[in-house]
Amino acid sequence: MNVLLDNLSLYGKGLLGTVELTVYASLLALVLGFAMAAFRVAPVGSLRIFGTVWVTVLRNTPLTLLFFAVLLGLPRFGLVLPFQLFAVLALGCYTSAFICEVVRSGINTVPAGQGEAARSLGMTFPQTLGLVVLPQAFRSVIPPIGSTLIALAKNSAIAGSFSVVELLGVYKPLNERGYGIVWSFVWIAVGYLLVTLTISALFHALEQRYGVVR
Amino acid sequence: MAADALIELRGVNKHYGKLHVLQDIDLTVGRGEVVVIIGPSGSGKSTLCRAINRLETIESGTIRLDGVPLPEEGRALAELRAEVGMVFQSFNLFAHKTVLANVMLAPVKVRRKKKEEAAQRARELLDRVGLAAHAEKYPAQLSGGQQQRVAIARALAMEPKALLFDEPTSALDPEMINEVLEVMRQLARDGMTMVVVTHEMGFARSAANRVVFMADGRIVEDRTPEEFFTAPRSERAKDFLSKILKH
Repeated sequence: MNVLLDNLSLYGKGLLGTVELTVYASLLALVLGFAMAAFRVAPVGSLRIFGTVWVTVLRNTPLTLLFFAVLLGLPRFGLVLPFQLFAVLALGCYTSAFICEVVRSGINTVPAGQGEAARSLGMTFPQTLGLVVLPQAFRSVIPPIGSTLIALAKNSAIAGSFSVVELLGVYKPLNERGYGIVWSFVWIAVGYLLVTLTISALFHALEQRYGVVR
Repeated sequence: MAADALIELRGVNKHYGKLHVLQDIDLTVGRGEVVVIIGPSGSGKSTLCRAINRLETIESGTIRLDGVPLPEEGRALAELRAEVGMVFQSFNLFAHKTVLANVMLAPVKVRRKKKEEAAQRARELLDRVGLAAHAEKYPAQLSGGQQQRVAIARALAMEPKALLFDEPTSALDPEMINEVLEVMRQLARDGMTMVVVTHEMGFARSAANRVVFMADGRIVEDRTPEEFFTAPRSERAKDFLSKILKH
């Protein structure tokens, strides 16, 4: 118990780091994921190919490898950013591939006739998608997007290995200060639970508000 | 009539895999004309109807609307589709929007009309199809016949030059078919150009200027309803009529 109270500010900083990574990377993943899903159902062939390549590459790359590529690779091309920003980029892009596929499966739940009706009224592709298809797809993708973002929160632990302040990394200084490993990790786990349960609650509320009425 | 052709198809061909669903289709629909397309299932009549606003692409031939060839894709196609309303077998009302919002959506977003103006026009149209009282309901709360009448009002809200009906009564319970046909008859009397794919022979007889009989991807007969129903020329049409008019 002492390990938490003695090192409250250390745990606090770690938790804050994880929350920041999660929030920023989630926003990036949602924006990119919806955009890529739109690309993958677009009438323009080159956009569809771009979306498919994006998903295939990012979904099939181990996240740690992606972190290496972004944190060590991009500076070689002259792009030097704070490590936390690099971590957000890596996490956000990686997760966007999963969001994209979730959104696309949601789009597929909307009957084709809805899109046909919209197009027959003269709506362009962005209007058809934005006004008719996505609002209906959104209802069915709330739960799986929640799961994907929970996975993102836990994946953010990898950033700790790349000198980004986050919750899991807290164990290192604690270990050096001689605290028992078990209790150090129990409180770290509780911290992750706080983050993931908050995401769960948020998406539960969204589902209550916007979910499919049966 | 050809001088004032609104919809013109010339040498239109389409395959679904090996199936040749549209074979060298030539069809002209004049302004104000009501053309009913009938034929056995699988004859290509729905495909033909959907090809007119390019919900189905074609492989060869030309389709002109008011003299303008159908564009390939993109904004030009969207603008052209706005001029041709379509009513579907399965209604396809936007499930997440109220009846009023369904009718208003395209005028506001596509025609850039003001909301108040579009809402007022939408209420007039709903009144015309007898559904003014249901404006605030969602599609799922309406019967099939009511949904289809909303779909007609939604198509009319764009003030289209022509309306396409793809089996508008085929998904309806028998007692609801007439309320939809009555709205369609009224439109025909008002001079709307209509292409109607249907199995309702009574409607074809009473409202159509011409009956187009399709079989196996071809137009077999294209005549006035009186001539077609009393003295069909082809064996296919005779056979078809004998099957459906018996009971």
